[in-house]
Amino acid sequence: MAEGNETVHERLSSEYSAGFVTDIESETLPPGLDENTVRQISAKKDEPGWMADWRLTAYRRWRTMRPPRWAHVEFPPIDFQAISYFSAPRGDRPRSLEEVDPEILRTYEKLGIPLHEQEALAGVERPSVAVDAVFDSVSVATTFRETLREAGVIFCPIADAMREHPDLVRKYLGSVVPRADNFYAALNSAVFSDGSFVYVPKNTRCPMELSTYFRINAQNTGQFERTLIIADEGAYVSYLEGCTAPMRDENQLHAAVVELVALDDAEIKYSTVQNWFPGDAEGRGGIYNFVTKRGACLGARSKISWTQVETGSAITWKYPSVVLRGHGSTGEFYSVALTNNRQQADTGTKMLHIGRDTKSTIISKGISAGQSQNSYRGRVRMNPAAEGARNYTQCDSLLIGDRCGAHTFPFIESRIPSAVVEHEATTSKVNDDQLFLCRQRGIDPEKAISMIVNGFCKEVFRQLPMEFAVEAGKLLEVSLEGAVG
Amino acid sequence: MLEITDLRARAVGKPILKGIDLAVRPGEVHAIMGPNGSGKSTLANALAGRADVEVTSGDMRLEGASLIGLEPEARAHLGLFLAFQYPVEIPGVSNMEFLKAAVDSRDAALEREAMSAASFVKSAREAAERLQLTPEFLRRGVNAGFSGGEKKRNEILQMLLLEPKLAVLDETDSGLDIDALRTVAKGINAFASETNAVLLITHYQRLLDHIEPDFVHVLLDGRIVETGDKSLARKLEADGYARLA
Ligand SMILES: Nc1ncnc2c1ncn2[C@@H]1O[C@H](COP(=O)(O)OP(=O)(O)O)[C@@H](O)[C@H]1O
Ligand SMILES: [Mg+2]
Repeated sequence: MAEGNETVHERLSSEYSAGFVTDIESETLPPGLDENTVRQISAKKDEPGWMADWRLTAYRRWRTMRPPRWAHVEFPPIDFQAISYFSAPRGDRPRSLEEVDPEILRTYEKLGIPLHEQEALAGVERPSVAVDAVFDSVSVATTFRETLREAGVIFCPIADAMREHPDLVRKYLGSVVPRADNFYAALNSAVFSDGSFVYVPKNTRCPMELSTYFRINAQNTGQFERTLIIADEGAYVSYLEGCTAPMRDENQLHAAVVELVALDDAEIKYSTVQNWFPGDAEGRGGIYNFVTKRGACLGARSKISWTQVETGSAITWKYPSVVLRGHGSTGEFYSVALTNNRQQADTGTKMLHIGRDTKSTIISKGISAGQSQNSYRGRVRMNPAAEGARNYTQCDSLLIGDRCGAHTFPFIESRIPSAVVEHEATTSKVNDDQLFLCRQRGIDPEKAISMIVNGFCKEVFRQLPMEFAVEAGKLLEVSLEGAVG
Repeated sequence: MLEITDLRARAVGKPILKGIDLAVRPGEVHAIMGPNGSGKSTLANALAGRADVEVTSGDMRLEGASLIGLEPEARAHLGLFLAFQYPVEIPGVSNMEFLKAAVDSRDAALEREAMSAASFVKSAREAAERLQLTPEFLRRGVNAGFSGGEKKRNEILQMLLLEPKLAVLDETDSGLDIDALRTVAKGINAFASETNAVLLITHYQRLLDHIEPDFVHVLLDGRIVETGDKSLARKLEADGYARLA
């Protein structure tokens, strides 16, 4: 903590530091979406024929669907024909790190993402993290694939998995989030470009943290990645996701789908630090982050845990959920969502209890500053067979200033008397007395606010892997800039 | 050390301090007494720079430097400390983390070398022990769920670690049982030295049984109406403030 303070302080005066553009040649499809676009994407990725059909089915369903309107967010209608659905650095896909364009390597270096196996292997104090780096529509590098392969773990771009592990992909792709689940999931199913695929075999503890780092670079391009993680019986994996984008005046669409599958006694821990460009102080630009994330606890005693720290994006529409099918399975959702300036977030979770003795925990911390709007939306459903199911929900909102809004929309449906559902909610303000106490003790107001907010989020940060927790703390500090006064 | 001249201040538009003059030299302990509502906390807040106290005229100088117009944190960095009458809670921020942030801010402002984490923890533990607070107390959220007595001892703990030049203690004695009062008084006596000064705000004289003031001032309706030595405190205890009104 103590050593961290210096850097935290430096970060205070920095702006959105990931907002630069990488100057590389890209191959980008012209804006517009029809069946031909879908076929082109599939062809560019050299996909098997069944995949093209799968996409086309999704596309046809999407054409019949409407964007959801129930979220507490406002934005002008999106012109889906004005977006380009594919952009990739020009040239053949690099087969090893040596072949990756140095400009791209420098981009990840600037963002602090390690893409060099050697350094990490040399064992500089911290445990190594395997990284899949997705740049616009394609994965440009995946580190530690060999080391992981020795442990039997598959970690590769999903495009590779379609060719190399078609049985697994065909079995599970769309099994948790069906193609027609919602408007954005259908769009993603039609045009998704890249993302990560993970399979951890039976009784295997994945030997390192896995992570995917998403970077939007190209202008006027949507990002539609797809992640599929399968933990076989008795397997364990911890997965981290990070994301940034350049500062641009126009809004960019990010519509991802993440599917998690946990079989008997398996555990998946999925952590996100979301730092897409939030737009400027007047609300110009920023990412529309419309994401469907869902995990299925298929197996008995399996566990899926979502932890998210959401600080970026102009609009966030995101509900990482768990379907608790296996008996005795556990779902967790730990969330910090911070909005500042004109940001809007409508985020939360769904816990669907189907199996008996299933348990879920929801801890949501919403922080609103500036003129932002921050909503928690949660659904807890206890099906008739979910005997002995339990849910605990705690939903806290913190307001900074008096021009922002915090809202909670909890929905609870229990169709079985033996289920127990507990819900607690609080709303508080960073008050003048707290601020004055800090300032009287010599602590400047920006630092004071960030300390108070970090304290408020402590329960969630505790769930993050160590390095991510430090990163998340810093990110809050930067995101709160200008929130005081 | 501290020089206040003809200080006038308003709170929510109402004149509260109506011309205060006060001089405190290094090594002195001054007590300010007065009934509820006489303006004692307003004076403390005016010194510390609370935004809802508006200084309309006069001056306050700490070691020659005027405090007027300075941000609260700048005043703290000059060596002003205020122990609050009603310490506020900051849940989730541990006492230790808070204290370290305060000490680091001071050191950064004074361009001193930052204290190492280890030596900081050591001095925090020692200070806590002197106030009969367990190490566990340092890990709890700032004032979160503390008893009244613990909150007051926590203020003194912060004072001991920050080593201010001028400590203004606003009713630090109220709400303390006799044992806690002794512990707190011991802490204050250990702090007081030839190079600093203490301004004790209280409306009972019982704290003054444990801490000997050099001067006692009576504040009534925003003015210091009488100044004397510690015998004045006893007289007030016997006769009440009514005689002075
Ligand atoms: N922030 C404030 N808001 C409203 N009234 C205040 C405020 N601060 C002080 N006052 C008023 O100023 C007067 C003096 O209060 P205070 O300084 O707290 O007295 P004391 O500490 O001597 O009991 C009281 O009438 C009190 O109501
Ligand atoms: Mg008072």
